Order: sequence, then C-alpha cells, then structure tokens
Amino acid sequence: MTLGPGTRTFLVFAALVVLGALVFPSSFFYRVGTLVWINTLAVTGMVVLLGYVGLVSLGHAGFFAIGAYATALLPQYGVPSGLAMLAGAAGAALLAALIGRPILKLSGYYLAIATLGLGMLIWMVLSKEAWLTGGPDGMTVTGFSARNLLKSVGITLKTAEAWYWLCGAVATLGAVLAVNLGQSSAGRAFRAIHDSDVAAASLGVDVARAKSAAFVISAVYAAVAGALLALANGYITPDAGGFMHSVELVTMAVLGGAASVYGALVGALILTALPQVLTVFAEYEHMVLGAIMVGTMIAMRRGLVPALAGLLARRRAARRAGRLARRVS
Amino acid sequence: MAELLQFLVSGVTVGAIYAAVALGFTLIYNATGVVNFAQGEFVVIGGLTAAALIGAGVPPLIAAPLAVLAGLVVGLLLYRLAIRPAGQAPLVSLIIITIGASIFLRGAMQMVFDKQIHRYDGFSGEAPIGFLGATILPQSLWIIGGSLVVFAFLAWFMGHTRAGRGIRATASNRLAAALVGINTRAAMNLSFALSAAIGALAGVLATPVTFTSYDVGVLVALKGFSATMLGGVGSAQGALAGGLLIGLIEALTAGYVSSDYKDAAAFVVILAVLFLRPQGLFGARMTERV
Repeated sequence: MTLGPGTRTFLVFAALVVLGALVFPSSFFYRVGTLVWINTLAVTGMVVLLGYVGLVSLGHAGFFAIGAYATALLPQYGVPSGLAMLAGAAGAALLAALIGRPILKLSGYYLAIATLGLGMLIWMVLSKEAWLTGGPDGMTVTGFSARNLLKSVGITLKTAEAWYWLCGAVATLGAVLAVNLGQSSAGRAFRAIHDSDVAAASLGVDVARAKSAAFVISAVYAAVAGALLALANGYITPDAGGFMHSVELVTMAVLGGAASVYGALVGALILTALPQVLTVFAEYEHMVLGAIMVGTMIAMRRGLVPALAGLLARRRAARRAGRLARRVS
Repeated sequence: MAELLQFLVSGVTVGAIYAAVALGFTLIYNATGVVNFAQGEFVVIGGLTAAALIGAGVPPLIAAPLAVLAGLVVGLLLYRLAIRPAGQAPLVSLIIITIGASIFLRGAMQMVFDKQIHRYDGFSGEAPIGFLGATILPQSLWIIGGSLVVFAFLAWFMGHTRAGRGIRATASNRLAAALVGINTRAAMNLSFALSAAIGALAGVLATPVTFTSYDVGVLVALKGFSATMLGGVGSAQGALAGGLLIGLIEALTAGYVSSDYKDAAAFVVILAVLFLRPQGLFGARMTERV
C-alpha cells in the first residue's frame, strides 16, 4: 500500500507531536514544544511563498502580529477569541491581497522591499499607539484557555500540555493542507512560476494571480500562528511583528529547506531549541542568525532536509551499486 | 515661514544622507545586479568607528578617513565572503544572503562596539548659523557638501576613468565586458568597495547630527531604498533627487503631521511608488536578470 503525500505528512507530524508528549519531562519542555509547533505553522506559510513560488517576504512578522493583536484586542470588546482569531486571519489576508496585487505584477526585488517596509510600518503602529496596544511593553491576552477547551471534550491536562496538543494539532493540519495544496493544480502552477514566470505564463498560468494567492495564503498561516502565540503565552509585544522576527521566519525556512513542510519543521525546531540550549545564543543571536542565512545559501541552497535526503539517497545508491558489482564479479 | 524653512533645512540635511546611501546602493546594483540590503550597515560602521576613534582622542581629521577605510574593507569582505561564493545564485538566494550579512554585521557591531547611542561634535563646531530666520548646523553643510562631492566624484569616475568605464561595461553586459578583456571581477570588487566607502562616509558625516547605534542600519537602508525607488532604480541623478525628496517628506511629516511617524514616511513612499509609478521619477523599470 502506498500512502499519499498528505497522509504521509499527517502520520509523520502526528507521530512527532505524540513523541514529544511521551518524552517531555516538564512543563518547560511543553512550552518550548508549543513554540516549535507555532513557528512550524508560520514557516509552513513561508514554504508556500518561498518554497513553492520562490518569492521572499521580509515582513511576514507583520502578518503574524496582526493575527496576534486581533486575538489580543477584539476580546476586550466582547468578541469571542475564536472569532477574533478568524478576524485576524481575514485582516491579514485582506491586507496581503491589497498590497500583493499591484506589487506582484512586478518581479524580483520589489516584494522583498515592499514587505520589509510594510512590516516596519505595522511594527511602528503597534509600538506607537500605546493607548490601544500598550506600546513597546506589550499587552496581556485573555479570554481563551486550551485547557478548558479540552476539558469540555472530557480531556483533563495541565495548561502547558493542553497548548502543546492544540498547537501541534493546528501545525499538523497546516502542514497537511500545504502539502495537499502543493499536489493540486494550484501547487503545480506555483512550481511552474518558481522555474520561470515566462514559461508558466505561456502555459496559461495567471502569474500575478497565483503569486497573489500564495502571498495571501502565507499571510494567513502567519496570522494564525501569531494568534496561537498570543493565546498560548497570554502576552504579546510589538517585537512579534518586528523585523528580526521576519528574518527569523525566513531563516527557519531556508535552513530546514523551504521546498517542503519537513524543512519548515526542522528549521523551526533548530532555531527555536537552539536559544534554549545555548545560553550564549542571546548574546550572539544576530551573528548566528546572519551566519546561518549566508552559510545555508552558499553551501546548501536548498536547506538541510533536501541536503540530508540527497546524501542518504546517494549512499543508498552507492551501496546498491556495490552489491550489484559483487554479484557480477 | 521661518518654521517651514527650518523644516526644509533639516529635510535637505537628512536627505543628503539618504542620497549618499542611495548612490552606494545604485552603484552595486548597476555593477552586479545585487540589491544590497546590507547597505545601511556601512553607514553604521562609518559612524561607530569614527565615534570610537574620536572618543579615544584621535583627531577627527584622522578618524574620519580611518572610518571610511573600515567601511571599505567590510564592503570588500562582504563581496569576497558572501556574494562571490554564491556565484550565479538565484535572486531569492542573493536577497537572503545580503539580509543575512546585514544581520551578521549588526551582531558583530554590537560585540565590537556596544549598544549605546553615539555621537561626536561636528567638524566645524556646534554653533548654529542663522539663515533667513532659520538656523543651520555647520555639520549640515558638511553633510550636504559631502553628498554633492560624492555625486560629482562618481560622475567623473564613471565617465572618465578606465576603472569606472569597466564598471559600467560590466553593468551593461557582464559577458560582453569579459570578452573584450575587462576584468569584471575587479569591477565588482571595486563597486562594492566604493559603495561601502560612500556609505561609511555618509555615516561619518551624519553622526554628529543624526546620532548612530548598532541597530539603525536597517532603517537607513530602507530609506536609501525608498530614495532609490522614488528616483528610479539604476539612475544616479534619481538617487540624488530621491534622497533629497525623501528627506524633505520626512522632515515635513515630522513637522506638520507627527514626529512619531516620521520614519513611516519613507515606507509610505515605497508603497506609493510601487503602486503608482514602479519605474520611479527618472529610471527604467527594475527588471530581473534572466
């Protein structure tokens, strides 16, 4: 029996969520695990944009922050958290569509520069409008508890564990959707654009529309991830929408390998766990991130997962060739 | 009236800085096709190096060239260690590389220098000069003059020297330039070195007025970009005009709208240019190299 790519992704991700829960000794690990799944979700959006279509956004943290602040602010006006989260995702999608359409008709560097500016603008508003957002100090987020949600369906867990399972489930769902998207005709159009705009257009792909769709989808991923972070932490600051966070998201994607959701997971895992393991990381954070970006792009342009997969495939081929040679001689 | 004039004076001052950044950015883009997101870091390196040297008692006249030299060396290293090894990398990889390099430099400056905000006294003192009811800092004249000198130098260098013509030939067609015997690699080295030196010089001149710290590079680079895009990518006149315009828009925003959002002006301009006139005021459309 052969499994479809979507099913395989579901099994791998679900197994890893369960594995984490089996080995984690304390709430601290669950909290880091939660962060890994949230980042994986956001980076999965980068996979659609960067990996499938080949566009780079340097302002995705802006969409992340829109999701996070919608979830933080709207409940204060009586909107339920779930609805607030949807509103955040819709807001991010709308903004991405508005900004994306005219810019994506152009090519090359334009999206990178425009998203960099857009991200900065969002961050600036969040930092300056202190009456609404609490300014640089951030604000607390209340109104939804994963623990109560799971309790209502008869599962009683500690708070940190409940968030871990919920975020793991959403990240798994996000990965399966992204893989299925990649297998669809839209996904094939995305990859055709990645290889060549002109060739894709000549085959009847509406290039500007497809790019815009990928940009909107990736913005929704970022917004949902932001909303989850706000709720899970119970706290959010404008730095979630800052330039460095945008850079982190891109770095995670290229480090793991932007072409697949497995790359997103590996990149998110490494860059989320590294600061927890290495205490010097805080001091050298910028240098480490920058060196990873430059080094990955020079030494293994497609990222860790494809590089390792290629290595394994070559070794397996060599072993098979060796066996064949022995049999012949 | 005096108030407006004051805003215009400060707008032209910061605008001259953005123009210098935009000129450096244009130089690298023309010669190599790379949009260098690390351009702002050269400005910071210049400013912080000068601040450290002057703080240690080195006279400004010696500190300034040394700081420019430091920027130049970093620019060469950037090309040698990060851009050239990438070879014929796709556009996306080059963007990520220069962003990575800029983050790396930011971290390195945080280690080498510190996280404080730095400034030093202007080269011709601090006493403001009265001017039709407004005042202008002597250092502003240094900044404006410096940018004009850079512009004039580049015009002469590109038009009248062998090395400059080599850069232009490389820019127009790398393969054809190589075929007629131009050392295109040297031309690219030179363009990075020159561009970094220009950025560092802007930093050295600007720091007494604008202050500097390890993390302002991204903002400076973005304003340089918006100047470049407003003027038209690839055009030196465009870079100069765009820089001055962005400076003026920013100063007027700060004066009449909100000083909280003066930095936002440049981003709004970027988006407006992209929406309304992607080729900018002077330039040809920025196209992807296939």
